[in-house]
Amino acid sequence: MPQMQLVKCTINGKATETTVDVRASLTDMLRNDYRLTSVKKGCEVGECGACNVIIDGECFNSCIYLAVWADGKSIMTLEGLIGPDGELSDIQQAFIDEAAVQCGFCTPGFIMTAWELLESGKEYTRDELRKLLAGHLCRCTGYENIINAVETTMKKRLGKA
Amino acid sequence: MYDMKALYEAKSVPDAISLLQEHPGARILAGGSDVLVQLREGKLAGLEFVSIFKLDELRGVSLEQDGTMRILPLTSFSHVARDPIVNRCVRVLAEAVDKVGGPQVRNIGTIGGNICNGVTSADSASTLVAYDAVVEVTGPEGVRQLPISEWYVGAGKVALRPAELLTAILIKKESYEGYAGFYIKYAMRNAMDIATLGCSVNVKLSGDKKTVADARVAYGVAGPVPMRAKSAEEAARGKPVSEETVEAAAQAALADVNPRTSWRATKEFRLHLVEELARRALKEAINRAGGEI
Repeated sequence: MPQMQLVKCTINGKATETTVDVRASLTDMLRNDYRLTSVKKGCEVGECGACNVIIDGECFNSCIYLAVWADGKSIMTLEGLIGPDGELSDIQQAFIDEAAVQCGFCTPGFIMTAWELLESGKEYTRDELRKLLAGHLCRCTGYENIINAVETTMKKRLGKA
Repeated sequence: MYDMKALYEAKSVPDAISLLQEHPGARILAGGSDVLVQLREGKLAGLEFVSIFKLDELRGVSLEQDGTMRILPLTSFSHVARDPIVNRCVRVLAEAVDKVGGPQVRNIGTIGGNICNGVTSADSASTLVAYDAVVEVTGPEGVRQLPISEWYVGAGKVALRPAELLTAILIKKESYEGYAGFYIKYAMRNAMDIATLGCSVNVKLSGDKKTVADARVAYGVAGPVPMRAKSAEEAARGKPVSEETVEAAAQAALADVNPRTSWRATKEFRLHLVEELARRALKEAINRAGGEI
């Protein structure tokens, strides 16, 4: 018999609960129980950032985070950025405008880290942005357009663009 | 799914200790950025785990009445890096843990886990060794403290007894007051990498900033465990603040270390780094302490 446990948490603003196998990662729970497929399974060892989600305001690779640890937490995935009528958020639109998306597999992870740093309301240099985005691998874009998208959104939000 | 036989979530420190007593083969799981990755690789497959991740009582940094800094073991790297007390008293530690992995890893990885896995390349370890940190563990027989020099007993092995848990890392006031330091992580990439060699130095200068009153030099990956370079320290202690002193200390460090060849780098390259990083870190530490070279 697998060891099961109840996990109550808030996901994208909605109170939820489900019973998970204690061996499940948060990636497993978000994808399988909640069909939040923006959370990608990439390396599954915390190196590529494709499974990145926000937990209580900070970014975490959900592949190396036990689903049971999510109990009592507030989680946000890319789906949580979309408006009630499917409108894209500023950072999602910026990724499109700056051609920061090619295959798209790394995009949700990048956008969630970008969201965390944009929410801080701080202005970062390009070098600082590189460091803050360093937990994500992109095999298509060469990163420049991704950094452009984050920088442009940051400047817009700060009224400097 | 992780290949765990069972998971026990501790509700408190005493609960964690009794869980570890009830399940003698169980491994402690803190942030999991090391343990869960090893599980994925099959290394710890099929074992029982005691998770202490949810023990918020083991998070935070505080100053005790006598000025001792108390860092609780589940404090994440990013929280250590941002902590005002850490930044004021032991800035080098804040800078060292900010070099671990990448942002998400720094949000989940804990400073306690970083020294409990006994790994020589741990970014916090050489700095904690340089600061003469004291390790506090709690077990069935109560609380005991030991100097970090007695903590590492071999590659990947620390002095934790069965059912014991790291409950604090302490840095005494006399270890940090008046000292300035610098940590250099040499790695092949700027992020998401493990140190090829790490060197953490702190120095205290005389009142006129002309003499090195004290110097502490510590390394990661210069041997099986994080270590102090006592010869290098002796070569600098009591000597004038000068290029010659830095040079002598950097060369003396070679007598203290015992690096090996691994896929990351050869022994020869590591020896080169031992000398060069000591030179650079010492100079920067002296500059930060107000000395001029």
